[in-house]
Amino acid sequence: MQKTAIVGMAQTRYERRKKDRIFADMVFDVTRGALEDAGLTIDDIDSVVTVSNDFYDGRTISGMAVGDASGGQDKNISTVSGDGTFGAFYGLMRVLSGYQATIVVAHYKGSEGSVPVTTNGMFDPIFQRHLGIDAISSSALQASAYMSRYGITEEEIAAVSVKNHGNARNNPYAQLPLSITVEDVLRSRKIADPLKLLDCCPVSDGAAAIIIANESVAAKAKAKPVWIKGVAHCCEDYLLGDRDLADPVALKEAAKRAYAMAGIANPLEEIDVMEVLEPFSYMEPLWLEGLGICGAGAGAKLAVRGVTAMGGKLPVNPSGGALSANPVLVAGLARLIEASLQVRGEAGARQVPGAETALAQGYHGPCGQSQCVWIVSGKQ
Amino acid sequence: MGRRVAIVGTGQTYHKSHRPDVTSKEMIKEAVDAALLDAGITIREIDAIVIGNMDHFESINAVDTYSVEGSGAYMKPVMKVSTGGTTGATVAIAAYYHVASGLFDRVLAIGFEKNSESDTTGAIITCSDAIWDRFSYSGAIPSLATEATAYMEQYGARQEDAALVGERDRNHAMNNPYAHLRRPLKVADIMASPMLAYPIKLGDICPRSDGACACVLAVDGTAQKMTKTPAWFKAAAVRHTYTWFGDSTDYTKGLVSMQRAAQDAYSQAGITNPVEEIDVAELYLPYTWAGLKWIEDIGFCGRGEAPKFVGEGNTHMGGKLPVNPSGGVISTNCIGATALLRVAEAAIQVMGKGGQRQVPDVRNALATGFGGCFWSDVVILSSEKP
Repeated sequence: MQKTAIVGMAQTRYERRKKDRIFADMVFDVTRGALEDAGLTIDDIDSVVTVSNDFYDGRTISGMAVGDASGGQDKNISTVSGDGTFGAFYGLMRVLSGYQATIVVAHYKGSEGSVPVTTNGMFDPIFQRHLGIDAISSSALQASAYMSRYGITEEEIAAVSVKNHGNARNNPYAQLPLSITVEDVLRSRKIADPLKLLDCCPVSDGAAAIIIANESVAAKAKAKPVWIKGVAHCCEDYLLGDRDLADPVALKEAAKRAYAMAGIANPLEEIDVMEVLEPFSYMEPLWLEGLGICGAGAGAKLAVRGVTAMGGKLPVNPSGGALSANPVLVAGLARLIEASLQVRGEAGARQVPGAETALAQGYHGPCGQSQCVWIVSGKQ
Repeated sequence: MGRRVAIVGTGQTYHKSHRPDVTSKEMIKEAVDAALLDAGITIREIDAIVIGNMDHFESINAVDTYSVEGSGAYMKPVMKVSTGGTTGATVAIAAYYHVASGLFDRVLAIGFEKNSESDTTGAIITCSDAIWDRFSYSGAIPSLATEATAYMEQYGARQEDAALVGERDRNHAMNNPYAHLRRPLKVADIMASPMLAYPIKLGDICPRSDGACACVLAVDGTAQKMTKTPAWFKAAAVRHTYTWFGDSTDYTKGLVSMQRAAQDAYSQAGITNPVEEIDVAELYLPYTWAGLKWIEDIGFCGRGEAPKFVGEGNTHMGGKLPVNPSGGVISTNCIGATALLRVAEAAIQVMGKGGQRQVPDVRNALATGFGGCFWSDVVILSSEKP
């Protein structure tokens, strides 16, 4: 793979409701922010990928809302309907095909939709949808499958929420910086057994943008380039009943391919920090198992023992993760941006000292059906 | 510059206004199986999949994950790309970059729509901005009716000139076993059909169809082993110029997005005289006036000359530059698949697999996509490797 880098990025602050910003406003803000970060102008950008979803936006051809705000006028522009990590993957492929720089933008306003209604639309219209299943209740099924398989306790899962909300206190973009205890999580309102309120992400509004460029644009960009070392995605079966929800096989496969591309043999030793997409607290340990950080069922011990804490052997979600702000689709791109900030050494109060190699993970579909893994490095 | 890429196999379903015999997943599988058979491979040899539709036409969120059993994406990378009417071309172009990038060698591109499962106009009406555009240019027909009226006013074109485009495409559809509307229409029939929005009559506009299309793309080196006649990508151009319908309505300028996309595509392909160098075109013409005005924007003839150019039979089968041997969008319109069908039909022509609808000795074939807010995509396929 020829050398490519992330040379600019920007996020909005994530909030419960941005009532002074329509989609185009948010996207314009992050487009301008990413260009400023990179020290480039819109004329340096020759390709645009927007990320949006017609269900979440309540609008057919949702990409149309942000065409001019993303600088897509008279450029090769397209729309990925999926998590931001997949949009970034398309942006990368365009650069590898000969474009010099792609800007990838994602937007979401949870405040203008209904999560139960829109995510119910992911499920089979004949056999499942009328049961009322949605992103939250399906995740509760996955949490139960995972926890009962390995005897994981609600306390162990709650430790992830305590850690990530605590980390969010260092992230100026986060929506829910909280100082909470395991007891607080356990006592919070039951949402869908075994998930309590503090095991679940908030509803968020926000946008994010990154610029992926070839080597020559990276050389002239102002920001320190974040080199793309490995990336892969993979999708597993659709019907929940056909899947082993406690075994993230698509993530394992995506990680295997991304590690091979990046030349990583032992991720726990070779990766300095990870940003994973965990709108529900149980997802972080389950995804870490899929990423090969520990054996099956051992993920829940990592947060309890401080392995994934700031200062631990492998800090996970220094940003506070999706538990602290979950603008859907944007959230995966935010993971990639946070991982990139870490290897640039510009993560501020949430910086992991000396981070050189970072991993970002995003997913699309029910219970992490389709998974995408990125490895980035500050070293060429 | 990326790697060279060719289409090595295509597949499509038969099309009807309602396919109650299949779910959308089964319909997708019908097209995928046909494309894999045409390429002489199995799903195991596919490295990645790109799929697209318009969510609200089936009311299924995240069709990339929903359709795994039909697309064959189980334990493979799959990505969903969606841009309205241009979706199919956008999917083909995304699949092209998948291969050109060097990350994948054999990629499956899929477009589908099961329009019978929705209220098409109810769904499409929400594409316009809720505050500024929805009360005026909503749905597919009003902006097209305005464009047609402006064209008639500017060049003195008659409704019969447009109806000839409809007669041509519906006649061509008689040669295509997959087409939805295989019943010829004469100019007089179109003129006598019910008025929808002046000057667009029922016979001037596309139907809504159920259907799916799939193409197999392969990299240089692999493509030649899979088929003797790969259809090589010479150009892929995208111009989604407008965001607001209110900005796209200076119809005296022509279809600016198509002019720019076509120029970009010709420059990529090294084409200086399109009418001489392109042998066949599969154009996304959702209504008959597009077959006049837009072929001027593509550069097949000068401004205002299309009624004469089409009237002389240049775009009919056997003419100088046959347009839509398949019968085009006026005969078949499964929206998310429609622009991919244009690319697939162009590939079929280059590969010489057109049967009764084959144009002899095709070297360069041009396909377009149209949709969104007067957006245009252009793909040029060729028997010559660029």
